[in-house]
Amino acid sequence: MAKAYTPGLKVSARANYRARRQLPVHGEVLVKVGDAVKARDPIARTYIEGEVTPVAVASILGVPAGDLAALMLVKQGDAVAAGQTLARSRGIFGLGKKECPSPAAGTVESISTTTGQVILRGAPIPVEVKAYIDGRVVEVLANEGAVVEADAAFVQGIFGVGGETVGPIRLACTRHDERLEAERIKPDMKGAIVVGGARVTAAAVKAAQAAGVAGIVTGGIDDADLREILGYDLGVAITGTEKIGLTIVITEGFGDIAMAERTFALLSGFDDGKGGREASVNGATQIRAGVMRPEIVVTRRAGDPEPSQGARPEEGALEIGTQVRLIRDPYFGLLGTVSALPSEPAVLGSGSKARVLEVKLGDGRSVTVPRANIELIET
Amino acid sequence: MSAPSHSSAHGGLQIDPSKLRYILATDCGSTTTKAILVERVGGGWRQTQRAEAPTTVEEPFADVTIGVSNSLTEIGELAGRRFIADDGTIIRRKGEGDPDGCDLYISTSSAGGGLQMVVAGVVAQMTAASAKRAALGAGAIVMDTIASNDKRRPHERIQRIRELRPDMVLISGGTDGGNVQQVVQIAEQIAPAKPRPRFGGEYELPVIYAGNKDAAPQVRAIFGDPKYGGFDLAVVDNLRPTLEQENLGPARDKIHDVFLEHVMAHAPGYDKLISWSDAPIMPTPGAVGDILQRIAARDRLNAVCVDIGGATTDVFSVFDGTFNRTVSANLGMSYSISNVCAEAGLDKVLRWVHIDMDERELRNRVKNKMIRPTTIPQSAEALVFEQAVAREALRLAYVQHKEFATTLKGVQQQRTVGDLFAQQASGQTIVDDMKLDLLVASGGVLSHAPKMEQTAAMLVDSFEPQGFTQLAKDSIFMMPHLGVLASVHPEAAMEVFERDCLVRLGWSVAAKGEGKWGKKCFSYRVSGAVTASGDLACGDVALVRVGPEQEVEVTVEPTKEFDLGAGAGKPVTRRVKGGTVGILFDARGRPLTLPENPADRRAAVARWANLWETC
Repeated sequence: MAKAYTPGLKVSARANYRARRQLPVHGEVLVKVGDAVKARDPIARTYIEGEVTPVAVASILGVPAGDLAALMLVKQGDAVAAGQTLARSRGIFGLGKKECPSPAAGTVESISTTTGQVILRGAPIPVEVKAYIDGRVVEVLANEGAVVEADAAFVQGIFGVGGETVGPIRLACTRHDERLEAERIKPDMKGAIVVGGARVTAAAVKAAQAAGVAGIVTGGIDDADLREILGYDLGVAITGTEKIGLTIVITEGFGDIAMAERTFALLSGFDDGKGGREASVNGATQIRAGVMRPEIVVTRRAGDPEPSQGARPEEGALEIGTQVRLIRDPYFGLLGTVSALPSEPAVLGSGSKARVLEVKLGDGRSVTVPRANIELIET
Repeated sequence: MSAPSHSSAHGGLQIDPSKLRYILATDCGSTTTKAILVERVGGGWRQTQRAEAPTTVEEPFADVTIGVSNSLTEIGELAGRRFIADDGTIIRRKGEGDPDGCDLYISTSSAGGGLQMVVAGVVAQMTAASAKRAALGAGAIVMDTIASNDKRRPHERIQRIRELRPDMVLISGGTDGGNVQQVVQIAEQIAPAKPRPRFGGEYELPVIYAGNKDAAPQVRAIFGDPKYGGFDLAVVDNLRPTLEQENLGPARDKIHDVFLEHVMAHAPGYDKLISWSDAPIMPTPGAVGDILQRIAARDRLNAVCVDIGGATTDVFSVFDGTFNRTVSANLGMSYSISNVCAEAGLDKVLRWVHIDMDERELRNRVKNKMIRPTTIPQSAEALVFEQAVAREALRLAYVQHKEFATTLKGVQQQRTVGDLFAQQASGQTIVDDMKLDLLVASGGVLSHAPKMEQTAAMLVDSFEPQGFTQLAKDSIFMMPHLGVLASVHPEAAMEVFERDCLVRLGWSVAAKGEGKWGKKCFSYRVSGAVTASGDLACGDVALVRVGPEQEVEVTVEPTKEFDLGAGAGKPVTRRVKGGTVGILFDARGRPLTLPENPADRRAAVARWANLWETC
């Protein structure tokens, strides 16, 4: 049987979602198995050594390194505040004294009379790992973290930038095929996960950055806009560490493309008019074999509607009447229904021969496209 | 005659070539699984059918054998013979009269995509830079470079490694006999990261240590510590034995080996594929390299073969009997297409396009191809763009091949203190474009180009061969299949190679040198089965049709600034057999430069496309 393959993105109203949360170095786990946790709750914590700030005190005072010990106003082990005077020169006949203020707060770690340098060590830096999702701890990873599980709605995007973030879902577009323009970003969307419809513009992303939006989930984006937002041309698609102030998840692809209706319907249901349901979003994407997709996770509550048990096509099956989306120019993003599946290869406009199918588009047109250039739409 | 018996896997199979009739071979690429049927027809072997299906290493399938089954099902439909049973396994022929099944199933694989590495060293500009060069030379994508002075805190480095899920880690640092502490500290930061493999399972992350030899015992102890676990450590010679010396060979070779034998083998379903196959599964590049070496040795040729895939581009060369292979893991036509455009620059890609295209729209197309890698160009315009991208991918891969793959193994490169911060490749290339006899194209965009002229033009534009170079293409991309077939049945492989695989496109006759456009470059005269002559000015090209069975004598006389193989200004006469395209005369000069003015450039590219009949 002829088959086509979708990228296998999951859009599920109900899924068992597990998040493995680990500290980069050993530390204290703050939760135990069975604990209910919120996405923003820290579940493990450790401290790493503070920043080192070298201060060329002798040089600043204009004295030989060997004279430094006598001029120091603080000693090894002392805590110092930013701006506090570390050392003072004697000047000439008490005039022209110079002082060396501490450039940072910390503890005096060493005073070198060989180099004339004072080393300040900042306060220990806490490193925390948060739960990321609202859920329950099902496993504790000794000294490292925990596994958190939730019964959740789960949506995979096709591409994203930016890392993990959490915020309430706010709907910016009323339709799945509505473009996400700058004017749809409102000041009260600060900290929210903004759900758009079709393509998000660069202006809208800038407006969202200015408004302090935590994340954007929408159908498409122009690569030229992405380059403008990132400041560079993305080559190998390994993302997640971009520092652009928010996380962006694209559900369908690049260009003017609407979010799948099913995805839009699922996400828009979480803007409940009471501030929005909390969503956990991660833009990290790795496009290669063993792919990693961006995701949106919303933990379910009692009373949430059960997923519909409607008929879904067999995974990968392609038949007459199957709903498909065309995923290659010149018809990129258009939806239609398979109307014929000729078995013989056909010559394409490019001159290549390939197996094709006929699709009746939503606007009534009938087009012939290579079988490789469609994907199934789950109904 | 009865069909040969089979054991469960390749280890115990006794193949009696005289009893074989139906041989199935697949090549599981990162994007597409290609199947061919090789049959005994009359007294000889022919490739009779081919089919392909998307490779299924990703969710929701996550089993490479599903793509294999699909491609073999299709080949069965075309051949009127069932090869796949209802349970999805391969049917074996039970006897001479059996209407179904095959006698032998073999496969190559590059499923798993490119090699993605994290490299580490003590000093970013020194040992870490050397480690990066070694990884790039082995064709890897370097996802990140960790160094003691990279301005990140240890926990940030650990977090980064964990997020990246590299296929392999290369650690270097310290000169032999030098400081041990710093490189050990680097190892101490990588071990706790315990990166999770991208394919899951019981994968042990390969770590290659190529640093200060005195630190090797401590590094072994760290990665062998059961508290971390899950590492497969290999120790090779220090890639920076002294400050001035760089010795990338051992690390680079180890990366290649580990990738082919370890990383790729963890593609989902690979174990099942092994159990199906009657011979060891060869890595696709290994199979292509084997068949190229056989041909080069048999015909005493200097040959280059390129295989451009979805994630990677492999270049193979044999010069004066020395074989080299590079895998450019970040240059390809689907997963890596965006990287080709980023690395070359979209303007470089668009220089090969002679029709109006909207750059904004093209950028989206590139990214959409990357995220949906199995789509194919439908319109003529899309094809022009895809072939433009291919030219740049091929050009970059060939540059990388010349820079990295030709240094003699084990030879240490002296780097002066002045070179320490320079990012130059090691060694002298032995690839000589003037001495190149045969250039073979393989891989989807080259093998499946609708017109042979397009394949020939892509080869000439990107490889810039000099003098007389025969051009050929792998008809339907079956060199990998024949490479693995040669390991069990060399005669069948070579027969099919000559009859069905290699399509002789013709010749590139190109002048080396530079001159002002419009000024005379060389004259040509063709006599014999076909007669033609003409003068070519700099910037001109010409095509003389000489068929595959036609033999002609070609005489070229360059002006004193140009060389066609006998030296500047010296005439050359060669007897050659034609090909499906003919003889491409090329007076555009070497290195090939295009007009800077966009209108002039576009006019020139359109003229060449017209004269070489690529559109």
